[in-house]
Amino acid sequence: MHLVKSTFVALVAGFFSSATFGAGVGGYVEDFDFSFEGPLGTYDQTQLQRGLKVYTEVCSSCHGLKYVPLRTLGDEGGLGYSEEQVRAYAEYYEVYDAELDDYRAAVPSDHFPAVVDAGAPDLSLMAKARAGFHGPYGTGLSQLVNGMGGAEYIASLLTGYTGEEKEEYGSVFYENTAYPGKWIAMAPPLYGEDVDFDDGHANDLYSEAEDVAAFLMWAAEPKMMARKHTGFVGVLFLVVLSVLLYLTNKRLWAPIKKGRVST
Amino acid sequence: MAGIPHDHYEPKTKGEKWLSSRLPIVGLLYDTIMIPTPKNLNWMWIWGIVLTFCLALQIITGIVLVMHYTPHVDMAFASVEHIMRNVNGGHMIRYLHQNGASLFFIAVYAHIFRGLYYGSYKAPREITWIIGMLIYLLMMGTAFMGYVLPWGQMSFWGATVITGLFGAIPFIGEPIQTLLLGGPAVDNATLNRFFSLHYLFPFLIAGLVIVHIWAFHTTGNNNPTGVEVRRTSKAEAEKDTVSFWPYFVIKDLFALAVLLAVFFAIVGFMPNYLGHPDNYIEANPLSTPAHIVPEWYFLPFYAILRAFTAEVWVVQFASFMTGGIIDAKFFGVLAMFGAIIVLALAPWLDTSNVRSGRYRPMLKWWFGILIFDFFALMWLGAMPAEEPYATLSLIASAYWFGYFLIILPLLGIIEKPNAQPTTIEEDFNNKYSKDGGNSDGFYSKPDATPAE
Repeated sequence: MHLVKSTFVALVAGFFSSATFGAGVGGYVEDFDFSFEGPLGTYDQTQLQRGLKVYTEVCSSCHGLKYVPLRTLGDEGGLGYSEEQVRAYAEYYEVYDAELDDYRAAVPSDHFPAVVDAGAPDLSLMAKARAGFHGPYGTGLSQLVNGMGGAEYIASLLTGYTGEEKEEYGSVFYENTAYPGKWIAMAPPLYGEDVDFDDGHANDLYSEAEDVAAFLMWAAEPKMMARKHTGFVGVLFLVVLSVLLYLTNKRLWAPIKKGRVST
Repeated sequence: MAGIPHDHYEPKTKGEKWLSSRLPIVGLLYDTIMIPTPKNLNWMWIWGIVLTFCLALQIITGIVLVMHYTPHVDMAFASVEHIMRNVNGGHMIRYLHQNGASLFFIAVYAHIFRGLYYGSYKAPREITWIIGMLIYLLMMGTAFMGYVLPWGQMSFWGATVITGLFGAIPFIGEPIQTLLLGGPAVDNATLNRFFSLHYLFPFLIAGLVIVHIWAFHTTGNNNPTGVEVRRTSKAEAEKDTVSFWPYFVIKDLFALAVLLAVFFAIVGFMPNYLGHPDNYIEANPLSTPAHIVPEWYFLPFYAILRAFTAEVWVVQFASFMTGGIIDAKFFGVLAMFGAIIVLALAPWLDTSNVRSGRYRPMLKWWFGILIFDFFALMWLGAMPAEEPYATLSLIASAYWFGYFLIILPLLGIIEKPNAQPTTIEEDFNNKYSKDGGNSDGFYSKPDATPAE
């Protein structure tokens, strides 16, 4: 009971002193131009595939994607790999099978494995769990114009290392212009030319960061294309319905407004 | 059923008579849907239909979500991701439900402030108002518990903070908090009871909605003039009203379609705009988020909760008078619930005998400030508790209480109201007289309207 009480007191104290919300103290986030932005934006299939390669060859050594089923790599509107390609990719991972009580090669019905050894957070929802844009002054106008900015935050973080580092209590922290609080525990994961793309696409730091951020946006929101489509159809349908109902209403009320009928 | 004279359902065929003598359900539905409605209702009278739609939307999407959701601390978060990724159309159902809560609250606030401005709470509609307040309280409880179910960081820590408020009540607070949580802290027992109640409350709301509709169908709708429908004869009543179907059903459906177009744009293009990113991180009792912020619809009351710190003299006075039983924390809780109680007591705090704010020249200004105050509190609730926001919160909270406890009772005495139209028909015809209205030449009291 005492623990609960002191937790509460700590929390209340937390609100009373929390100074950063909406105040723009977070790091600098660049407004990257992603293909999936806006009501009609779509994922760039080849960009997602490049991002997957960056994730596989670099990120996956510390970070898992435990909520993402491998089979969704074959989904339309996403990476769009063929069944064989997905199967071949899945074999790259080892997963624990409770039935075998042993590890085996992953199959498409498995999820990406969780990676816990490095103590790094899972990346499945990272692009939705971070917001790149805030405010101004808690009004939410910035997000309204720029979007939530999860992918922008990730790309800014990956390109935001200054090269400065410091040691505190035996841990090394790296200075990063995008990270709120400036000093992040993650060492710079990308330096540029870490991955060679099959299509010969540029693999400088900026491109790699952009590609893997786009891939992580897809990982967090794989149904974005379907959702936008539904939204578009819904709005279109409702606008037409509104016009028809407006005309019906106008006509229905006309005699009442002229005072001819007193129903 | 209604006090306004109108035609009632008459069973004609043999089958209709057979049913009607056993269960008069068709007559009940007919009288409900054909209720005489003041014909001068403006666009602020659309929210009732919007709210009914929201309740249906939330219940239907909610029932589908429950089919795929797992109320367990180890599986809840993953089961929501399962809905988002694997269930057919699951991402749309979940986003509709999530944003449907926001639409619901936008509509309920518009509905409440409509009632406040046009005096819809005044006699004889006090019961309607009180039932409405109960519905609003249940809505807040439902929304709060629903936000806990995805078991994200904000779910967990929001639940910890809000149940902690009950712990602030002197003497009985701790047992109440333990009962709410089902244990010493937010855990599986909490999730399970919140899930159970989140499913139950909407049906209680639905029941109260029926009572709400029953109550105002008995008194008749209020209208922008606040002038009652004439009830002396059916002929007179018909000059003031039109039947709900089709006139207001079509009007309300048009308004609903426009609102839903905006709603679908939000759900389709920016479904997480009104949510908090931290709730996409699974709940972790060992890691407190930097900023715990409630959903936007709780922010005004959250601002009032935070406004009364130990530095405020009213709090110090209360603490001194009660020998420390009412401390700053409990005072904040009392202020938060008090802010809703004074709202519910509006029928008895308002002393003016003029119903509609349209004819109250002083109230118009104070009410305008109240609307501004409400949005100011909403904004302040999201800001950090530091200067100048702390002082602003205190001023805004004081105005909220001042409006209900001082301004409303006083205005009735000092205000000189403007002339009201004698009948609804007169008001309606004045508005549309450009079309040569009232061809039957009927004017009740033309002297009351100089424009005629």
